[in-house]
Amino acid sequence: MIIGQLKDGYVLDHITAGRGMEIYDLLGLGELDCSVAMIKNAESPKMGLKDIIKIGRLIDLDFSVLGYVDPGITVDIIRDGKRVEKKRLTLPERLYGVIRCRNPRCISSTEQGLAHEFRLTDRENQIYRCVYCDSLARRR
Amino acid sequence: MKHLIDIMELSVDEIDALIATAEDIVAAPEKYANVCRGKQLATLFFEPSTRTRLSFESAMLALGGGVLGFSEAGSSSAAKGESVADTARIVGCYADIIAMRHPKEGAPRVAARAAGVPVINAGDGGHFHPTQTLADLLTIRREKGRFENLTVGCCGDLKFGRTVHSLVSAMSRYAGVRFVFISPEELRVPDYVRSEVLDAKGVAYSEVLDLEKALPGLDVLYMTRVQKERFFNEADYVRLKDTYILTPEKLRGAGPELCVMHPLPRVNEIDVRVDEDPRACYFKQVKNGKYMRMALIMMLLGVGP
Repeated sequence: MIIGQLKDGYVLDHITAGRGMEIYDLLGLGELDCSVAMIKNAESPKMGLKDIIKIGRLIDLDFSVLGYVDPGITVDIIRDGKRVEKKRLTLPERLYGVIRCRNPRCISSTEQGLAHEFRLTDRENQIYRCVYCDSLARRR
Repeated sequence: MKHLIDIMELSVDEIDALIATAEDIVAAPEKYANVCRGKQLATLFFEPSTRTRLSFESAMLALGGGVLGFSEAGSSSAAKGESVADTARIVGCYADIIAMRHPKEGAPRVAARAAGVPVINAGDGGHFHPTQTLADLLTIRREKGRFENLTVGCCGDLKFGRTVHSLVSAMSRYAGVRFVFISPEELRVPDYVRSEVLDAKGVAYSEVLDLEKALPGLDVLYMTRVQKERFFNEADYVRLKDTYILTPEKLRGAGPELCVMHPLPRVNEIDVRVDEDPRACYFKQVKNGKYMRMALIMMLLGVGP
């Protein structure tokens, strides 16, 4: 299967096989009017199988959330057909609207229009807590 | 703009400053009688709490300010479905500072983002109650003269007791503090307090079952209520409930300088005969709470004598 080379854009590589659509939805790629390719189950010497997403424009996207969802992902930035930068992701300090607080006593369970928000409290052990009630985040 | 939602948002220096102000209020209250003249405190109590609300109101009145507010959600616009953020934004147009109690955890943080005036968390469900911890800290400082190198016993419900968790977090910042946690197996200090506070800061602690055996080594004893509803097994509750009733007989084994504290209200975990013991400090805690709330209101409003 051949997907054409990008002139300008992003390549999200090393996505855990099967999580590509989740990433696609999370980044809101369905809203874009540029070309976006989702490749499922591509063969990978290191991973066996992986998913890949190619985005055909350099637009402002917040990739930090990917560090939480699938920390092995790499983001290649392509300009004029050449890779000019390879980003490795780290855990973001804050997560907005990515995971829901499951604590029924938390204000986020009832307050209108309040985004669920978590902060990184322990980078080593990848622990996030709700900014409102301090409940532990459950991994996706 | 500064708020107080979690006691850990105050630095050690800020707590020292609040304590110094509170001590000065005790020494010369007349100096502070007009520092909040023309200022309004709104007490937004979405669930009843007579003592905490009265403490805040008494504090503001003693500073020469005014108070307004409500004492239950039914008499607020929350009953009509208004959000916490909207309520806070509107009250922020009337008042200079807000003290909020709410059954939902994190509600005061939502209010703080919207109000446009300082917000004090006066208790959010089972989560935080930072001004209780300020009262506890002033009591310890006044009774023991220091925070460093104290052995603090915490007894009772250490799993769900928010006052214990906040006190442990706040005291863990001082050198040489040791904790003795006295509780039934079912109500031990939660794992996250051990891993994220005690172990993370290298604080020494032990966990024991027997209150009487622990008493002789303590400088401070922080009693809490063992709550029946927390037990899965009625027999366990019956077996354990009387273990943690502090009596004059049990206190015989404690040191003469022990400071006995309790966030109140108590049910039966401290025998009323202990009230006459000079080591009983829980009613002093109530007074200290008012002084620290006065100091806090001044700090957040940026006013002074």
